Amino acid sequence: MDTTLAKKKLGLKDRYAAMTRGLGWETTYQPMDKVFPYDKYEGIKIHDWDKWQDPFRLTMDAYWKYQGEKEKKLYAVIDAFAQNSGQLGISDARYVNALKLFITGVSPLEYCAHRGFAHVGRQFTGEGVRVAAQMQSIDELRHYQTQAHTLSNYNKYFNGIHHSNHWFDRVWYLSVPKSFFEDAMTGGPFEFLTAVSFSFEYVLTNLLFVPFMSGAAHNGDMSTVTFGFSAQSDESRHMTLGMECIKFMLEQDPGNVPIVQRWIDKWFWRGYRLLSLVAMMQDYMLPKRVMSWKEAWEMYAEANGGALFKDLARYGIREPAGWKQACEGKDHISHQTWNTFYNYNAAAPFHTWVPNDDELAWLSEKYPTTFDQHYRPRLEFLREQQQAGNRFYNKTLPMLCTTCQIPMQFTEEGDASKICYRESDYQGDKYHFCSDGCKDIFDHEPEKFVQSWLPVHQIYQGNCFKPGTDPTAEGFDPLLAVLQYYEMEIGRDNFDFEGSEDQKNFAAWKGASV
Amino acid sequence: MSVTALAPYAFKPSDVRENFPAPLLYFGWEDHLLFCAPVCLPLPPDTPFGALASAVLPGVYGYHPDFAKIDWMQVEWFKSGKPWTPDPSKSLTDNGLKHKDVIRFRTPGLSGIKGSFS
Repeated sequence: MDTTLAKKKLGLKDRYAAMTRGLGWETTYQPMDKVFPYDKYEGIKIHDWDKWQDPFRLTMDAYWKYQGEKEKKLYAVIDAFAQNSGQLGISDARYVNALKLFITGVSPLEYCAHRGFAHVGRQFTGEGVRVAAQMQSIDELRHYQTQAHTLSNYNKYFNGIHHSNHWFDRVWYLSVPKSFFEDAMTGGPFEFLTAVSFSFEYVLTNLLFVPFMSGAAHNGDMSTVTFGFSAQSDESRHMTLGMECIKFMLEQDPGNVPIVQRWIDKWFWRGYRLLSLVAMMQDYMLPKRVMSWKEAWEMYAEANGGALFKDLARYGIREPAGWKQACEGKDHISHQTWNTFYNYNAAAPFHTWVPNDDELAWLSEKYPTTFDQHYRPRLEFLREQQQAGNRFYNKTLPMLCTTCQIPMQFTEEGDASKICYRESDYQGDKYHFCSDGCKDIFDHEPEKFVQSWLPVHQIYQGNCFKPGTDPTAEGFDPLLAVLQYYEMEIGRDNFDFEGSEDQKNFAAWKGASV
Repeated sequence: MSVTALAPYAFKPSDVRENFPAPLLYFGWEDHLLFCAPVCLPLPPDTPFGALASAVLPGVYGYHPDFAKIDWMQVEWFKSGKPWTPDPSKSLTDNGLKHKDVIRFRTPGLSGIKGSFS
């Protein structure tokens, strides 16, 4: 009689080996280089893929179990939030605009990251990194879905949350995050990991998630806070992947160092520019402030990042080329970015406003060397005009940076009165940039960036009107036609917070008058 | 330098002159950052340069209290950041302006809201 013997369970290390390396094989019908054509052309040399170490040693079976448990907790909180009308417990209806910025500008990036990691999770020859990238791909899809579900309760009560996917591909300011990811996804797999896993997730992600999530906590938004907790363990895994990838490349071949350094220079700068949106959110859009952008920069970038680049010095890596400029910008970029959205609020699906007196005092205190001199007089003037019924809307389309696609709003290092202009000539045309960092990126890969889909230029080319629009018709209003193409609810999604439907509704629900 | 790619990499630039009904020009008013960034405008190349001050820029910058105080005889012009003296009676083309050129102008004595360069 046969006896069934229970098989001995594998230990963690063996199981990880079986579930990663054990899933790969040397192909025989086709040469390996044809099956994995993308992980050599960038010039990165890998001699031994088995040197890739995943510190988490997470395998798919354990992954499903952890994520399933987190999901249950998150959805219990989201349901409770909706049933208890949690939206009434937030500090102020202005806060919801931070969520609008998040669902339009950040959540679609989670989806882009999902696509990007699915791609590189197929393309690496080494199984360890392939499995890690595949898990991150699923994480990112999960983040996108759970963010949409977390914010869907707000969509029932507030404007500007209903159409984020459509906007992501069309609205001017969303070309900033969109082009960031399209640039990363059209690089090779090693550049993608340096861009997203290292430069963004490892170096800069705290500057993205902490302000939004602690902003949510301070402003009574428990559903978004819970989402943050649910994503946090994923984020730390993603950061580790970024660090592992960098060290792996640097240790495999000394020839990899200059390639990696150039990517770090590029992607630090692109990520920093993208974070301008977070900077303004932090300083202007949270009715209850957490910390200033400047303080966050000093803590997460200068202190942590400084230590990181000291640590990487032993591989021959130095701090990113634009580091000093980025540190100097901490006193300015939030104010400059808010001004841009205040200027062009007719074309953005969230509200802007001038901070109240207490908030202006907070900004003066947090920015003692710059705010009163450069930014307060402008805001007070705008408030006077708004109160006199003459609210400022800039009606002429701005000049954009060809690389980061942000309006050319940034000033020269050391002189906040002068816009920073840089330009390059390429194949008989001029290309313009907001900074040395963005110019360097273009100059290195001009063939790529001459294809930039710059919203302002696309509007002038006639590509941003609904089919059937006749721009030659009498009384044609191009701005109106563009907003129709955006499918924004004009007068509800856009314009100043003062007088908005959001403001009136929230006051009515809270029993206050406006 | 150029793109590292697996295959020949050549694509048409998105913003060449022929893609627009008129050439683009960029304008920036120095020391007036109430306007968050320079602006971009398509302008027919035969537009006289002098029409900028009388017909184009008022629509762009007229909101600012300094705009009405500009003495156009005193204005300093810059092309790609370098001092430049245009002829107001000549067209944009005859002043040497091409697609995607950037012009800045400085209005001496005017330094924005309460001297804040806004």
